[in-house]
This record gives sequence, structure tokens and C-alpha cells, in this order.
Amino acid sequence: MKPIKKTVFSVISAVGLILLTAITNAATPPNVLVVGQIAEPKSLDPHAVTAVNDFRILMNVYDGLVQYKSGTLQVQPALAESWKISDDGLTYTFKLRSGIKFHDGSDLDAEAVKFNFDRMLDESHPYHNTGPFPLAFFFSAVQQVDVIDPQTVQFTLDAPFAPFLSNLAYPTGLIVSPEAVKKYGKDFGRHPVGSGPFKFAEWESNSHVIVERNDEYWGGAPALEAVVFRPITDANTRVAEMLSGGIDMMVEVPPDNLKEMAQDSSFQVHEQAGPHLWFLILNAKEGPFKDKRVRQAVNYAINKEAIVENILQGTAIVADGPTPPAFAWAHNDDLTPYPYSPEKAKALIKEAGFENAELTFYVTEGGSGMLDPVAMGTSIQADLAKVGLNVKIETYEWNTFLGKVNPGLEGKADMAEMAWMTNDPDTLPFLALRTAAWPDKGGFNSGYYSNPEVDDLLEKARTSTDQNERAELYKKMQTIVYDDAPWAFIANWKQNAVTSSTVKNFKLEPSFLLLLKGVSK
Amino acid sequence: MPGASRVIHMSQRSHSIWRYTGERLIAAVPVIFGLTVIVFFIMALIPGDPATAILGSYATPDNVASLNAQLGLDKPLWQQYLTWLTNLMQGDFGRSYSLNRPVIDEVLERFSATLVLAGTALIICAIMGLLAGILSAVYQYGVTDKGLTLMVLIGISTPAFWLGLLLILFFGVELRWLPVSGMYEIYGGGDLPDLLRHLVLPAATLALVATGVIARLTRGSMLEVLRQDYIRTARAKGVPERNVVLKHAFKAALVSVIPVIGIQAGFVIGGAVYVETVFQWPGIGRMLVTAIATRDILLVQGGVLVVAASYVLFNLLADVLQNLIDPRISS
Repeated sequence: MKPIKKTVFSVISAVGLILLTAITNAATPPNVLVVGQIAEPKSLDPHAVTAVNDFRILMNVYDGLVQYKSGTLQVQPALAESWKISDDGLTYTFKLRSGIKFHDGSDLDAEAVKFNFDRMLDESHPYHNTGPFPLAFFFSAVQQVDVIDPQTVQFTLDAPFAPFLSNLAYPTGLIVSPEAVKKYGKDFGRHPVGSGPFKFAEWESNSHVIVERNDEYWGGAPALEAVVFRPITDANTRVAEMLSGGIDMMVEVPPDNLKEMAQDSSFQVHEQAGPHLWFLILNAKEGPFKDKRVRQAVNYAINKEAIVENILQGTAIVADGPTPPAFAWAHNDDLTPYPYSPEKAKALIKEAGFENAELTFYVTEGGSGMLDPVAMGTSIQADLAKVGLNVKIETYEWNTFLGKVNPGLEGKADMAEMAWMTNDPDTLPFLALRTAAWPDKGGFNSGYYSNPEVDDLLEKARTSTDQNERAELYKKMQTIVYDDAPWAFIANWKQNAVTSSTVKNFKLEPSFLLLLKGVSK
Repeated sequence: MPGASRVIHMSQRSHSIWRYTGERLIAAVPVIFGLTVIVFFIMALIPGDPATAILGSYATPDNVASLNAQLGLDKPLWQQYLTWLTNLMQGDFGRSYSLNRPVIDEVLERFSATLVLAGTALIICAIMGLLAGILSAVYQYGVTDKGLTLMVLIGISTPAFWLGLLLILFFGVELRWLPVSGMYEIYGGGDLPDLLRHLVLPAATLALVATGVIARLTRGSMLEVLRQDYIRTARAKGVPERNVVLKHAFKAALVSVIPVIGIQAGFVIGGAVYVETVFQWPGIGRMLVTAIATRDILLVQGGVLVVAASYVLFNLLADVLQNLIDPRISS
């Protein structure tokens, strides 16, 4: 029988030999930063994408007319060195920096800026078919873009629109090379050309995107030679790559691992609260939530500290209203989160006569900004049971979920989970709290909240070009919405990232955008 | 002339195999066509659409409608399907809206990565499974048999994604012998040794379950064959035991094992979905999962078409092999 055993042994030793020759040591190349991303980018055309994951690459390849000042959500000059806003808030005139060139050598002038916005907004533009441009509505107020001279470009709006500047600082406002769009057409998204600190070098599908240092960058060349973005969709694998030294930086670290890595001196943990809000939409049109007292009761009944500490393990803070504190200038600091008080909740429910009410609750399995929706939903269900509300959970996959929630909850559910990340204090309340934003009118007010005073404040804040005046209006709006409680305000997520200890000068931004120009390794 | 009759017999036999293969291939066409119809309509029936997926929280009914119109998804379903089919006949698989590139480029790139992974896993599981099965049968109820049976049991019951994570932790993170994920190094990689290094862990993970199944089956059919009279006759004639086992018994046992290997090939490609996700292997399983989540119908259709065709081919290949070994089957 020996010969058979021999065959087996030779096969086993052959496999062993292959294993031995395969032994390797993971290490990233010097002066090249390898970033573990959560997914493959959809496109590197800033006007064609919607995901934060793609924005992380784009912000390093392109520039916008304006940008967010580091550490804030206030705008400051970028490609435009200055701008003037007319008194009626309808014309914005930008003076461009001179001598700026795209990575392909073509000029970044007023003509190029006009091309960018015309491509997105004008359906008869010859390159409009290189879209679709899903976030073009950020600039739907723009009626016309005019070239005054090569360094001056003027935007005319059809109505005053205060968030315009901050929308320009958003990735959808980044400026692409018209020459490259003409050259690559629909494939521009795979051959991106911008003017940013890094130049696009290579995109290998499902493996990596490489960007290289732009030595001629107008704001000074970056320290890194190159950045490699690797899509690693599985969170556990992303952590394993980080632990094994296969990547230098990872974003969206699971809470469990974050704690562990914070204790390891070979890693640095970064956290930054951002303009994110996790909330429950309450159906104010029908059922128990028609009564303000029951809506407030839900806010009292949910133990938000427990959710933030136990489920999210400190990766979020308790929300205190509809506007996240990251919008420092527009946030009402007088508001404090609804305290956890089951007694108060019970009393309010009793007063309203909805004891033992049956509620349907839409929960999603997961989605952009949704954190840990199933565990959070279950915990909320348990909290509400304690105050005598019988909540029935219905769980849906993200796209199905959006398809059910966005058209409105009427006749289907009493409450639904939701989360938003925005770039301007206007966006979320304007799209989701106004009467004119009810789903049948094309908005996201899926719980049919309606308060004429809030409508009025938001309209005014949108048309004012004075930031102090806007701030006052937003603060007033927050006080009213806090009391009306159309939502249950749960959490503001802190964005996180882990870098290896060799990475220097890295900082997360409240905008949730990843800026790598100053980073060294 | 015994020689001449044998030649005629052979040519008849190969002729019948060609005919058999041809018939099977033709029979596969309606199967694949039906599959595309089913997949297309299932995709259309799942709530949520590409525009919602692209727009995410910005998906207002207005925005969704205008984006759907731009993507050509506002047309009736049957019209969309016919357009797809007509284009397909002309070799145009369409353009993926979530990836912004032609479907065929993506599908072929991803499928070749899956073939490398699944092919390696299949070779590993065929060799290991057959060896373990033979050893188990030959040493029935011995220590080898018991040990192997236990290992096979563990192999069949271990979830692949969990095993994958364990292997990553041990070989990738603790020992740092092998890369954790991906198919090639980003810098200085791309050659065969680099590919092998990246293949070891995912291929071993993927092969494990199939190895168990094949081992159990081989053991069973070997035991059956070893009890046959002609084996006893062979032993009585003094044929060396090695030849009895490998030539006489194994060849006979192989006939019933081969179709199972064919079926396992299908499972290996299917199971590649988990393994590809854990090891970030850029294969078609992972592509399909993402494509379904983003409601990228054209990409799903293209992927399913290629995977379905490969299932059919693998099974056909197994049948043809079985035929060659045992001509009684085709007649």
C-alpha cells in the first residue's frame, strides 16, 4: 500500500513547497499612501457621482471655485480668488486665479468654468450626453453662466439661493477639463483630468486607483509621491489589511475595531463629528403621531445615550435637533437633547389617549449613513415597549426601503429610520421639513410635517445672503422643530479613520471629505 | 480482424459523442434564453430602481423620474427587454450605468478572475477529494479512514466565509506570510508568483467544502467497487494491490464521481461569491452582488448570461468525460 501513501505525500509536499515560495511580507511603498476605501468608485467624473466614497478621491484630483476652510463648513477661495454677490442675491461674479492649468495642460479659465456648468445644466449642450448628472439640481437655480473676461465668470440665478456657495464647494461643483471631456466623451469618468494637487495616473477595476503628485499645483505640491485608493468592501477584510500593514489608512472603521486600535500604538485613530443626522421620521398625518404629545413622548422614551454608547460604541453623539452641531454657525447651542424619561413619555401618551397603540416601524438593513440600523431599530422598539407602545418592525433592503419611505409613509407606516449627510444647514430642513416638500410635491417630507412658521423661516434663510441673518433664522427654526418633534432626533455620527503611526499631518474634515494634500508618510 | 472492428467501433463512438455534445449545446440555448427572461423580470420586480440607487437620499420622485428617463428606463418593461435582446444579437451587451463602462468589458474581466480562482479551487478539491476518498476506502474503518472522515465532516460543515477570515487572521495578520486580499500587488506585482501568493488562501477556502463532498462520494463508490467480483479476481490473479486500487477499482469508481465534480464546479463558482467578498477577489460573484444592490440590470444580465453558460459547459464537460470513460452511458 506504500505507493499510494507516497503519491499522497508528494502531492502534500508540492503544495507545501508552493506555500513556502509564496511567503511574503506586506508593506506599502515609501512616500506612497495606500487608502482602504469601502467600495469601487463608480466614476471619477465629479458631476456624475453621488457617493462619499467617490468624493474622497475626487477632492484630491480636482479643485472647485471655492472650498471649505479646514476644520469648518465655511467657504473660502480656491480657484476663485475672490467673488462678489449682487445685493439682490441673483448674480455671483467670480475672479479666477490666473495661470492655472489642468493636468492635461489646457487653461482653466472662465470659458472652462462655463463649459462645466453648461454641460451639467443645459440639455442642448453638445456634451450633456456624457452624464447623467444626478446632483445637477444643486445648481438648478443657475439660469445662465457668462464669461466676462478670461479671468471673470458670472452666474445668474433665477432666485436668491443662499446655499449656492457651499454647493460650489461640494464635489458636484468641482471643475473638470473641457478638453478631456471632449476627448473621452462618455469615458471621461475613467480618464479624469482636473487641476488638483494630485494627477490621475491609473485605474484598474476592482483593484485600485492611483493618483500622483502634481508638482505644478498652484497651492504648492503635496508631500506624498502618490496615493493608492483600494476598494475593500468587506469591513473585516479592511481591518485585516490594516493590521497586516497592507494599507496605511482606512475609513469607516467598525466600532468594535476602533476601540481595539485606539489602544495600539502602531495606529492613530481620527474622529470628527460631521453634518450627519440619524433620525426617525414620524407620520404626522395619521395615527398616534398626528398628536404632537405622542411625537414628543417618543423623543423622551428612546434611550439615546444607550444607543450611542452601547450599539455605536461612542462613534456618534446624541442629536439635539434637526441641525447637526457641525454647522457651528447655524446651530442653536441653547438646545439640549430630549432627556431619557420613560415616565414623562408615559404621561404624555396617557394624556393623548394612545396607550398600547400599535405602530408600524420601517427599518433598513443598512445604507449610506445608516450606521447600525437593525440593532438601533430593535433597541428603539424595546424602549417604546417600555412606555406601552407596541411597535412592529418591518425590515427592508436599502433600495427597497428608499422606494417605500421616499414616496411618503401614509397608509403604510407610522415611523421610519432615516439618515442624512449634507453640506449646508439649508439642505435637510428645506428638503424634508417644509410643507412644500411633501412627497407628492417632490420633496422628502415623508412624515407630512407642516408648520407655516417653519416654512417661512426656511424660505427667508434661503434667500438671505447675510450669514448672520441666516444663522438667526435657522436657530429659530430649530427651536420650533425641536418642540414640534416631527422626527425623533437620535444621533450625529462621528466620521472615523485609522492611520498607521507613520502617517503624519492627517486630519478629518467636518465636510466628510478626505483631503490628502498636506499628508506625509 | 479484431483490430478493424475496433477502429470502426471507435469512430462510431467519437461520432456519437460529437452528436451528443451538439444536441446538449443546442438544448442549452432555450435554457439560457429562459434564464435571461426570468432574471430580467425578477430584477424589474424588486422594488427600487437604478435611479434610486444612484441618487440615494436625494431620490425624490422628480429626480428619480428624470434620471430614469435619461437612463432609458422609463420605457415599458418588454420594450426594454427586446432592446436588450436585439443589441445582444449584435454582440452589444450594453453599458453599465453604475460603472459607466461597457458591460462586456467588465463581465469578461471579472469572469476571468473568477475562472482563475474557481479553476484552482476545483483542481485542488478534485485531487484532494479523490485522494482522501481512495485512502478512506482502502483503509476502511482504520485510523486513516476515521481521521479523514472527521476532517471531511469538518470541511463540509465549515462556513467558507468564516474559514476565510480565520485563514486571513492566521496567515495574513499573525504570520504575515500571505497577502490578506486582492489578486495582485499594486506595485511590483503582476507576475505568476505574485498571483499564486494571492491565490493560496482564497483557493484553499473555496476548495474545502467541495473537497469534503468529493471525498465522501469517492469513498462510497470505491467501497462499492472494491467489493465486486472482478476485483477479487484481479487480486487472486496476483495483480499488485496498487494496480488493483488505482487501475481497476479507481477507474470504475471515477465514473460516478465525475458528474459530481461537474456539479461541484457549479457550486465552486457559486460559492465564489462569499470567498470573493472576504478576499476582495475581483471576480464575477462580487460583481453580481454589487450589481443587484445598485439595480444595474444590464450588468446583472451580462453576468448571469456568462455564469449560466459556464454552468452548462461544465456539466456538459463532465458528461462527455464520463462518456469517454464509460461508453455504455451514451447508448
